[in-house]
Amino acid sequence: MEKTLDLKFNYTEKKDTRSGFGDGLLEAGRKNPNVVGLCADLIGSLKMGAFQKEFPERFFQTGIAEANMMGIAAGMTINGKIPFTGTFANFSTGRVYDQIRQSIAYSGKNVKICASHAGLTLGEDGATHQILEDVGMMKMLPHMTVINPCDYNQTKAATIAIAEYEGPVYLRFGRPSWPIFTDPAQKFEIGKAWKMIEGTDVTIFATGHLVWEAVVAEAILRSEGISAEVINIHTIKPLDEEAILDSVAKTGCAVTAEEHQYNGGLGDSVAQTLARHNPAPVEYVGVNDSFGESGTPTELLEKYGLNAANIVAAAKKVLARK
Amino acid sequence: MEKKSIEQLESVASQVRRDILRMVHAVQSGHPGASLGCTEFFVALYFDQLNHDSNFKMEGKGEDLFFLSNGHISPVWYSVLSRSGYFSPEEMDTFRKLNSRLQGHPATEEGLPGIRIASGSLGQGMSVAIGAAQAKKIDGDGSTVYVLMGDGEQEEGQVWEAAMYAAHWKVDNLIATIDLNRQQIDGPTAEIMDLIDLRAKYESFGWEVIDTLQGNDMKSVVEGLEKAKSLSGKGKPVMNLLHTEMGFGVDFMVGTHKWHGIAPSDEQLANALGQLPETIGDF
Repeated sequence: MEKTLDLKFNYTEKKDTRSGFGDGLLEAGRKNPNVVGLCADLIGSLKMGAFQKEFPERFFQTGIAEANMMGIAAGMTINGKIPFTGTFANFSTGRVYDQIRQSIAYSGKNVKICASHAGLTLGEDGATHQILEDVGMMKMLPHMTVINPCDYNQTKAATIAIAEYEGPVYLRFGRPSWPIFTDPAQKFEIGKAWKMIEGTDVTIFATGHLVWEAVVAEAILRSEGISAEVINIHTIKPLDEEAILDSVAKTGCAVTAEEHQYNGGLGDSVAQTLARHNPAPVEYVGVNDSFGESGTPTELLEKYGLNAANIVAAAKKVLARK
Repeated sequence: MEKKSIEQLESVASQVRRDILRMVHAVQSGHPGASLGCTEFFVALYFDQLNHDSNFKMEGKGEDLFFLSNGHISPVWYSVLSRSGYFSPEEMDTFRKLNSRLQGHPATEEGLPGIRIASGSLGQGMSVAIGAAQAKKIDGDGSTVYVLMGDGEQEEGQVWEAAMYAAHWKVDNLIATIDLNRQQIDGPTAEIMDLIDLRAKYESFGWEVIDTLQGNDMKSVVEGLEKAKSLSGKGKPVMNLLHTEMGFGVDFMVGTHKWHGIAPSDEQLANALGQLPETIGDF
């Protein structure tokens, strides 16, 4: 379907966003000697091997002990280190929520919690590993910044950017090979939404892997005479409310798209903003109060209603409610 | 700071115990039992052992660092911090009150000098101390990092993750102490969750372990900390098992878990203060 569409963004290569993290970490480590890496027995999965090889004196294997890893990272910040912890999103959040809450967020520590294999698209491992609640847990924590970049390039840029930002950050990325469609030279601005495609009828607010699905959905809608604006909300907290309100002031309705529960995710962040300042119809593309299951990433996005076709359907539905 | 004699340290300890009781009494809230039991340890650490600067800097470069993992004994820490110059003793009057920097459990949010991490939810402090110790090693900073935990706290799984890690990574600039008072909220640890043999546990995890058998005798506590220091830097983290009595210094509070989190009444406070000379001056 993509080949016959007139897409506003294109790709020639696919790569996993976790590789963007690994490459970004290496670059951040070269820029700043205070950057340190910690990993709980998932160096290969997190693509932290290159950093470990180049900076063995700044890399700490913690074994399968994520709670301890979060505490050690918090302790390392005290004399100015910038620790990047690496494990799966599930073990980066739910498993260690209290450690993050007390030793990192409440204590205001400069830890970068880097979480791979987020969402459904880790695929065949199934629901034990497919966390769909992590953004909600993390955005509830005072002081925490929450970032969910959309492709390899944006993940790499975000990784470099958070090393230069003082404060706790949750960086969410994933496992599947995914289109690379953003500029490799982009400057990542934390908290600044990116208007990727201008439109007038409906705004699609997307985050993470589903930004690509939103790009595809925009082309489909355009081919049917509907003008959609696509905004990449890579930073879910702090939320760029101004960008959201400016766009909806023009389009009058919104669709949110995320690989996460919409309860606690981008969906409720956007809905809360609109409810307070400019009540407008919103439709959610996200997981609705269920766990995932085994399958391929493509199959899972289809079954759970998270692909471009679902965004198109949600856009038509919300347009009818204007 | 001029080196204090054991008698001078004991004199400070008497004032610290008065501070603990008066803080907890004033708000009828807080944890006097283990605060009193750890008074010798805190006084020996801050007035004799630690190389520290009361002109507080979070980074603490070139300084020894102390972390309190069992944060509920905040009264003893607040007293010792203020008595060693981190903040004015008058501020102890705000303990646990609205808009205070002296939160129920220690926190960094309000910027109280001397506190480097929040604690209270148990089991986390040793991990933090290990991270701080490793960061010092990266920087070639030869200072020592200290952490205090409770014995009931040893029931938390994260403690053992940290114990394993510290030995594996040879974090030998870490001196951990366990307040071995054999009590926890619901009763004696032997009945609630038997710790059996902490020395054997830590030794088998790869630690150097010492016992300070008289944890409420100032000379013994100082000697224990000196011995622990002498064993550091030799490839192993060091554990100091500090045998204390909860409520030590007040005859009706000693040796029971009942004063874990209970404040004394007006009469009880007067009785207790009668047993503890005012040596530096009440806040």
